[in-house]
Amino acid sequence: MLEAITDTFEVMRDAMPVLMKGLQMTVLITIISLLIALVIGLVFGLFSISKNKVLRAISTVYVNIIRGTPILVQILYIYIGIPAVTDLRFSAFAAGVIVISINAGAYLVEIFRAGINSIDKGQMEAGRTLGFSYGETMRIIILPQAIKRMLPAFVNQFIVSIKDTSLLSVIGIGELLMSGQSIYSANFKAFEILTLVGILYFIIIYTLTLFSRWLERRMDVS
Amino acid sequence: MIKIENLKKSFGKLEVLKDINVKVEPQEVVCVIGPSGSGKSTFLRCINRLEEPTGGAIFIEDTNITDPKNNINKMRQKLGMVFQQFNLFPHMTVLNNITAAPKRLKGISEEDANKIGMQLLEKVGLEDKAKVYPDNLSGGQKQRAAIARALAMEPNIMLFDEPTSALDPEMVGDVLEVMKDLAKEGMTMVIVTHEMGFAREVADRVIFMDGGYIVEEGDPEQIFDNPQHERTKAFLSKVL
Repeated sequence: MLEAITDTFEVMRDAMPVLMKGLQMTVLITIISLLIALVIGLVFGLFSISKNKVLRAISTVYVNIIRGTPILVQILYIYIGIPAVTDLRFSAFAAGVIVISINAGAYLVEIFRAGINSIDKGQMEAGRTLGFSYGETMRIIILPQAIKRMLPAFVNQFIVSIKDTSLLSVIGIGELLMSGQSIYSANFKAFEILTLVGILYFIIIYTLTLFSRWLERRMDVS
Repeated sequence: MIKIENLKKSFGKLEVLKDINVKVEPQEVVCVIGPSGSGKSTFLRCINRLEEPTGGAIFIEDTNITDPKNNINKMRQKLGMVFQQFNLFPHMTVLNNITAAPKRLKGISEEDANKIGMQLLEKVGLEDKAKVYPDNLSGGQKQRAAIARALAMEPNIMLFDEPTSALDPEMVGDVLEVMKDLAKEGMTMVIVTHEMGFAREVADRVIFMDGGYIVEEGDPEQIFDNPQHERTKAFLSKVL
C-alpha cells in the first residue's frame, strides 16, 4: 500500500517538468489571446452601442456566430477547415491564439456593452456639454468608470478561456492537457497524470476566482 | 446672443416643442417656467444640441449651431450647462472635475488649470473640497462644484436645467446664491426652474411654457403679478 502511494508520487514528480512546460504554454496562449480579445471586445462593444445600424449589425452577427457554435468546431474550422479551401495556413499556436481571441472577444463584447451601458447617461451628456467629442468622453469619462465595474467579469472570462485552451490539445498544441496526454500515453499512468493535470488547472483557476471575489468586494466598497 | 427660430422637436410621434421663437440678449437672465411635460427642459437641451432639433434654427452669437457644418464641440465650449442631477465625474476629484476640460480642450497647463480651478472653487465656496471625490459632497456642494466645472471653460452663456430640483430644501439657498452672483457679474443665463421666488428676483425676463409652446413672456412683475393668459394664471395659482 505504502509502496503504491510512493509510486504515485514518484510518477507525479517525474511528470512535473513536462507538465510545467505545458502549463506555461496554457498561460502564454491565454494571456496573448485575452489581450487581443480585450481589443476585439472594446471595438465591437463600441460598435454594439453605436447609433450606426451597420456597425451594430456587424457586432451582433459576430457575437451570435461565436456564441452559437462550439469552440471545438471553431478550433477545427480555423486549423483544418479554412486551410482546406484556401492558401491560408496557420501554425497550431497561431490557430489556437486566433480561436481563443475571437471566442473570448465575443463574450467581452457583451461585457463591454453592459459595462458602458451601466454608466449613467448624464455622464456622457456632461462630457459632451463641456465640449469633449464622443470619443474623448468615452476615453476620459465613460470607460474609466465602466472598466472598473467590468473587472470581475474580465477575470471570469480569463478563467473560462484558460479552461478553453485545454481543447487546443486536439490540434496538437503542447498546452497543459496535451502534455499530460503525451506522458500517460508513454507510461500508462493516466490516473496519476490526469489527477495532477486537474490539480494544476484548479490551482490557477481557484487563485483567479479568489482574486475575482476580492475585486468584487473592493468594487462594492467604492 | 441666442436667437431661436421656429424650433421644433419631436420624439417619435410625440411633438414636444411645436414652434418656439426666443431671443436672449447679452447679459440677460431668462427664467423658463411651466408645468412638467411642457417641453421646457427639452427646449433648454436643444440650445446646446443635447437634443437634436427636428426643425428650426438656433443661432449662438450669429452662428447657426443646428448647421452640421459647424463644429458642435467647439460651440459647446461657449455654452456651460448645469444639470438637475449634477453629473459630476465620480472617478475624479472635485478639482479634476473642473480642470479636465480646460486642460484637454484648451491646452492649459496643469499648474494654470489648478489655479483657475481653485479660484472657481473659492467662488462657489468649496475651496476646502478640492481633493475630495464627488461622492463625499452633499447635494448642494455637488451642484456648486458642477457650476464651477461649467464655468472653467469660460462660457459666454450658462444653461441651467432645474438646478435645484434634486436638492434638499436647506441646500437650495447656497446654489441660488452662486447663481445670483453669476447674474450680477453679467453672465447670460437661461434657467429652467421651479423656484418662483428666485425667478422673480433674478430674472430679467420670464418665459412661461405649456404644451410645447411659449404661452407668455415678459418681465417678472408682469408674469407673476399680472399674467395675461388663463393657462399662466392657472399654473401660477397652483405653484405660488
